[in-house]
Amino acid sequence: MNAGLTAHFTKRFRGGATIHIDTLHVPAEAGITVLFGASGSGKTTVLRCLAGLDRPDAGEIRFAHAIWSNAADKSFMPPRHRGVGYVPQDYTLFPHLSVARNIGFGLHHLPRHQRLARVAQTMQTLDIPDLATRFPSSLSGGQQQRVALARAIVTHPRLLLLDEPLSALDTPMQLHLRRELRHWLRNAAIPTVLVTHDRLEALTLGDAIVVMDAGRILQQGPVPDVFSRPVNRAVADIVAVETVQPAHIAHFANGLASVIVGSTTLTALATDLPAGTRDAYVCIRAEDVILTRDAAPTASPRNRLPATVQTILDAGPMLRVTLDCGFPLTALLTKQAGAELSLHENATVHALIKAPQIHVIPR
Amino acid sequence: MSAETWQLVAFTTRMAAFSTLLVIPIGVACAWGLARSRSRAKVLLETLVTLPLVLPPVVTGLVLLKLFGRRGPIGHWLHDQWHLDVVFTWRAVVIALVVMSLPLFVRAAQTAFEEINPQLENMARTLGASEWRVFLTVTLPLARRGVLAGALLAFARALGEFGATMMVAGNIPGQTTTMAVSIYQSVQLGQDAHAWGLAGIAAALAFGAVWASGLLLRRQRP
Repeated sequence: MNAGLTAHFTKRFRGGATIHIDTLHVPAEAGITVLFGASGSGKTTVLRCLAGLDRPDAGEIRFAHAIWSNAADKSFMPPRHRGVGYVPQDYTLFPHLSVARNIGFGLHHLPRHQRLARVAQTMQTLDIPDLATRFPSSLSGGQQQRVALARAIVTHPRLLLLDEPLSALDTPMQLHLRRELRHWLRNAAIPTVLVTHDRLEALTLGDAIVVMDAGRILQQGPVPDVFSRPVNRAVADIVAVETVQPAHIAHFANGLASVIVGSTTLTALATDLPAGTRDAYVCIRAEDVILTRDAAPTASPRNRLPATVQTILDAGPMLRVTLDCGFPLTALLTKQAGAELSLHENATVHALIKAPQIHVIPR
Repeated sequence: MSAETWQLVAFTTRMAAFSTLLVIPIGVACAWGLARSRSRAKVLLETLVTLPLVLPPVVTGLVLLKLFGRRGPIGHWLHDQWHLDVVFTWRAVVIALVVMSLPLFVRAAQTAFEEINPQLENMARTLGASEWRVFLTVTLPLARRGVLAGALLAFARALGEFGATMMVAGNIPGQTTTMAVSIYQSVQLGQDAHAWGLAGIAAALAFGAVWASGLLLRRQRP
């Protein structure tokens, strides 16, 4: 049985913009599905349709066995019955209520002592136990974000919807909260749809990713798959990182990390990697990969990987070459360079990558 | 203050307060409906609600007199059903005050409702709140300053109402005579001292109400 959320719908706006979702699937198991795309690609509208705040003009949204919205028979489940936790981009905290009452808003059906206990416990989890009597206007951005998240998860929702949860924060705070957010969402064990236009956020937080552009879904699947194997040029342009591979940090000192990817060990510059990180993604942009015919042992790049050419794809003036070097790697080079190297499938080459061009993203 | 003056002030204040209590629920419903309405009839409804503000009050009074008179459609029905007479009783005073002060209240409250971010109401809905609960716990508390300021303005307007009250409730001493009506009558009879006394009290009451209302509206945005 296909549990979780399945949706296919169309939402038209008066200005002419149309959001058309062919098939969106969010598994019932706890995990984070990232809706990824530039601003204006329709991500927020999808989230609002899932929350029940916008009503699709056609199609159906189903969660588990319940129909949330069906334009054909005009059935529509109002937001209050859907049991979703929604965190909009600006958090939308109730300005007239204290933090504790904001968080407890969705628990009005519980007796007072149970409600207070649940609120206190959630505030403890999110590390904001001292804010109970404060009002939203007196909170920092990071604190507001935690309160909004607490308010959304305290009700034990069936589905959590987060709209750019980190975008309202300054950069150091983003880095800090990105890791915590993943930790909280893991612990909360609620299937989550997270909207972002930030590549790092998508990589750090996402289990599955849905790439959107101009109101349509271009590709969806597990994060490394979509990043490493974009189905077309448009997706490759949007994700902009062609190689994303799960990796283990073997050794980390003086800002340099030894990272095991597949059967290969890479050296990467990782100055901002938190100490003790073990699991990570390595990300390599195709244009940062240099191909040579000989081993060139005196070349400066730290990483010299023997590789076999798998496929060669025409990409306008460029060639997109997929390689096997112990893990799948994509390189982008000019047609002229391809001719000089006389590249063909199964050719043996060396891939050179500088340490700073291997990005390590903690998981 | 003479017993008669005291009676006038007490009666007028009581009528204004009672009419304001009626204006609040009626006006909140009107203001909320208008603030949230996207219908084309919105302008028409706004105009209808605002009309008593710009019509000569005696015209409003005349319409009320015809509606609530014993041969008028509403007056006739009230008399038949409950033997209730309205015209030239204190009830007519209240009705005149409600109709005359409603526009001021609706204007202030409607602005307050329109300033509320609708996403706050949506947020409450996703948190399981019924429409009624959304209104009571989010919409109304967020609009409370505007509502309160509107109520004070309506109260001030009701204190000084003359034309419509005169038409529909007349001038029956001890029963329908309000301060404004009494001031008019005193001047007619050459009792200027009495008129000035009442005018002073009326001005003080109105000043207090409008001033408090202004304070509330100014502090609307924290």
